[in-house]
Amino acid sequence: MDVQTLTFIFVGTTFALYIGIAIWARAGNTDDFYVAGGGVPPLANGMATAADWMSAASFISMAGIISFVGRDGAVYLMGWTGGYVLLALLLAPYLRKFGKYTVPDFIGDRYYSDIARLVAVVCVLFVSFTYVAGQMRGVGIVFSRFLEVEITTGVLIGMTIVFFYAVLGGMKGITYTQVAQYCVLIFAFLVPAIFISILMTGNPVPQLGFGSTLADGSNIYLLDKLDQLSTELGFAAYTAGNKSTIDVFFITAALMVGTAGLPHVIVRFFTVPKVRDARISAGYALVFIAILYTTAPALASFARVNLINTVSNTEYKLTPSWFKNWENTNLIAWVDKNQDGKIQYFSGKAFSGKPQFLKTRGPEGERQISNTSTANNNELYIDRDIMVLANPEIANLPNWVIALVAAGGLAAALSTAAGLLLVISTSISHDLLKKMFLKNITDRQELFFARVSAAFAIIIAGYFGIHPPGFVAQVVAFAFGLAASSFFPVILMGIFSKRMNREGAISGMITGLAFTAGYIIYFKFIDPSANSAENWWFGISPEGIGTMGMVFNFIVAILVSRVTAPPPDEIKDMVDDIRIPQGAGASYHHLES
Amino acid sequence: MSDSHGPQAKAYWKENIRLVLSLLTIWFVASFGMGILFADILDEFRFFGFKFGFWMAQQGSIFCFVILIFIYVYKMNKLDHKYGVDEDRDHFTPDDTYYENKEPEE
Repeated sequence: MDVQTLTFIFVGTTFALYIGIAIWARAGNTDDFYVAGGGVPPLANGMATAADWMSAASFISMAGIISFVGRDGAVYLMGWTGGYVLLALLLAPYLRKFGKYTVPDFIGDRYYSDIARLVAVVCVLFVSFTYVAGQMRGVGIVFSRFLEVEITTGVLIGMTIVFFYAVLGGMKGITYTQVAQYCVLIFAFLVPAIFISILMTGNPVPQLGFGSTLADGSNIYLLDKLDQLSTELGFAAYTAGNKSTIDVFFITAALMVGTAGLPHVIVRFFTVPKVRDARISAGYALVFIAILYTTAPALASFARVNLINTVSNTEYKLTPSWFKNWENTNLIAWVDKNQDGKIQYFSGKAFSGKPQFLKTRGPEGERQISNTSTANNNELYIDRDIMVLANPEIANLPNWVIALVAAGGLAAALSTAAGLLLVISTSISHDLLKKMFLKNITDRQELFFARVSAAFAIIIAGYFGIHPPGFVAQVVAFAFGLAASSFFPVILMGIFSKRMNREGAISGMITGLAFTAGYIIYFKFIDPSANSAENWWFGISPEGIGTMGMVFNFIVAILVSRVTAPPPDEIKDMVDDIRIPQGAGASYHHLES
Repeated sequence: MSDSHGPQAKAYWKENIRLVLSLLTIWFVASFGMGILFADILDEFRFFGFKFGFWMAQQGSIFCFVILIFIYVYKMNKLDHKYGVDEDRDHFTPDDTYYENKEPEE
């Protein structure tokens, strides 16, 4: 069967599965809708957290980025896993004991202030919308490439599916679809990785193949070969980095702390029955995440070797069909600078900016572009996002593997999108309406508002998916920077310091937020031309500045809290109470009544 | 333990903090230390086909994170039990047979 038919079958089957689960797990009240009634078993929660966390960026983009940046890719690998240690040790058990629905709930209650709650809601909405736009774009890419439908149609289909299980099932529906989506995405990620690892190194475990010798009889270690190929073509050695140590340090820290502060991840730990379950499910979650995260760098190196071997100095006419397919989706472009009909692939940009395709074809049959060529000898543009999706084709794997990867990419994008949409709808119906503006609504009305806001959020997310704002890539740094510089310090101090008060928390959050946002906006939007190491403070890039924002948040919060009144006694009692696990079940006693 | 403010609770919290700090030290050394700050020195050593610093940055640190969380879970469950703050004090569920074979630390 051809790839397209198989893709339809795989994607159709998985979608039917998700809808089936959604109907089975309908939400009956706000407890179900917000936190799945607090009854999710820890192993299931671990899987759901992993799917929730691993987005289109992890599944589709990350291995591709690592493939092109080599060693520096470690910032994502460590940053997006190390945060779970912080989450498990410092936040999850205590937030579970606190036992409400959202991050703004905790901040609002702990700091006895609706202003703190409002600042938190604004951050939650900003972080979540930023993130969800990227997921919808991922859905669009997969649909347009593999099912050859318009991106708009693809996004609409994705929206309908998410609408179904997020609006109907709430957290309960989302949790169990995420469990299914985890299984789909991890299977889809591992199968091609194992295949390719066997092909290239003879070792079926990608993590081991990564450090093995090549299977071509040359007896050279894969990574040594890769270093050699990279330097020959003028790139930095794969195992050496380009970024400065201080920048790597700060970016890794910002991603770790940001991960621990992301509301859609934190909220998952409200769904388990006990404090003990919150701890262990963080462990399970990281195991499930680590399976993909340790495979990704191996896959990245395989893909890099394969890519260089396949395209470098190959005649355009003789390139495999995947090359032309991706060229037709605008993600590969080639300009024959020396007019020899062969692809020259070297370091540097082949032309300025993203390719602007013309309607015409060149002498070799390539799609022509209107961009101005650069003076270097590189002729090839490859979008990093295609590496994972194109990998099975590059390695000549069977069609069903290619179809599987498409279904996996969709599972990754949809599971994360659903988790984010839930956080958005909860923030609106619970934090804004129930807690601040319409305090007298009943549970049924609140559930209704939650569904309406979920539906609303899906429409907005879909709009961003169809009309991706050019700034999506730039604002990803925001999501982590803001989570790191606003939420993490105030949640942490809310648990570990009884002296931290309302004034300290609010001024800390605002300082962290303003500093981080200001720095990012300056370098990304106001003066993008200045965005280079010599202009950065201490050589810290906008991606890593959240770490500095976090430090400022801590300093300001501590200073301000020392000169203002300590928190009231009932807040100190509350902190004492969340520090011991006993009695966590009581948070949900209203369910039984 | 019903009093969350008493000296028992303080002692529990202190032990908890000590455990968390020691685990976070390992966390820091494994990732920021071996994966970033001292990675260049570690790169001098080979570990199968890897430079060791590179391996720590792209693989080893992640394995450490996983192990750290499980150590934390194990130690905290024991600590909860020691101070009587775990969530199954009143009714023995199958889970609790797990503790019966363990010697209390004191």
